Amino acid sequence: MAISNKPIVWGPFAAGGTLTAFLTPVLVLLTLLAALGHAPELLAYDRLHALASHWFAKLAIAGTVFLSLWSAAHRLRITCYDLGVRADTLVATVVYTVALAGTAASVLYLTRI
Amino acid sequence: MVEEMSRKPYVREITSEWIFRHPRYVRYMVREFSCLFIGGWTLLMVWGLKQLAEGPAAWAAFLECLKSPASIAFHVLALGFAAYHSITWFKLTPKALPLQLGEEFVPDGAISGAHFGAWAALSLAVLYFAGAF
Repeated sequence: MAISNKPIVWGPFAAGGTLTAFLTPVLVLLTLLAALGHAPELLAYDRLHALASHWFAKLAIAGTVFLSLWSAAHRLRITCYDLGVRADTLVATVVYTVALAGTAASVLYLTRI
Repeated sequence: MVEEMSRKPYVREITSEWIFRHPRYVRYMVREFSCLFIGGWTLLMVWGLKQLAEGPAAWAAFLECLKSPASIAFHVLALGFAAYHSITWFKLTPKALPLQLGEEFVPDGAISGAHFGAWAALSLAVLYFAGAF
């Protein structure tokens, strides 16, 4: 049987696509409200810090960051190919590295909260 | 081996003008470009986590940065692209998750409709939990 790493790359992409479809618009709406000067109560420092202090919230935030970044990275890789960029190995290395670095950074910041 | 035998190898032309050959290709590319906004917004939130970890002053500075005109424009675009991604994703669910009950397949509209309903309910629940209204 041929060995392929496609499922490893594609699994988090599909999971991230589903998660971002359900969650991202409403979360962007929350930060848009903050940008317009009507920050929802949740974005007050005390409340958000208290929420992010819980281990389960940390896990959920890190998981959401990973899946969102990974699915965006994978989609960007495919889009580059569609647009005629044929240096796929280079593109894949760059986009997945950014996704993993962003996840690692969020884990680091969460441990400091 | 095969390459050596071919005297006139066919090299396919690589262009991106195909996008504009049909409106459906343009819609496809618009959906694909949603990744820049979803990924970009997520990286912005990673920076927000850093500011939250550094304390109340850093968090206040982050919220202040969000109020810049460039940030507002980015958020409006990101909201549009993220919503478009959601709509296309849920419209595809009958293809990805066909459901058979007994002899009959559940109609496409019921499967995607259930996803749209769950999306609306979840979004309202998040807005309520966040104290947006």
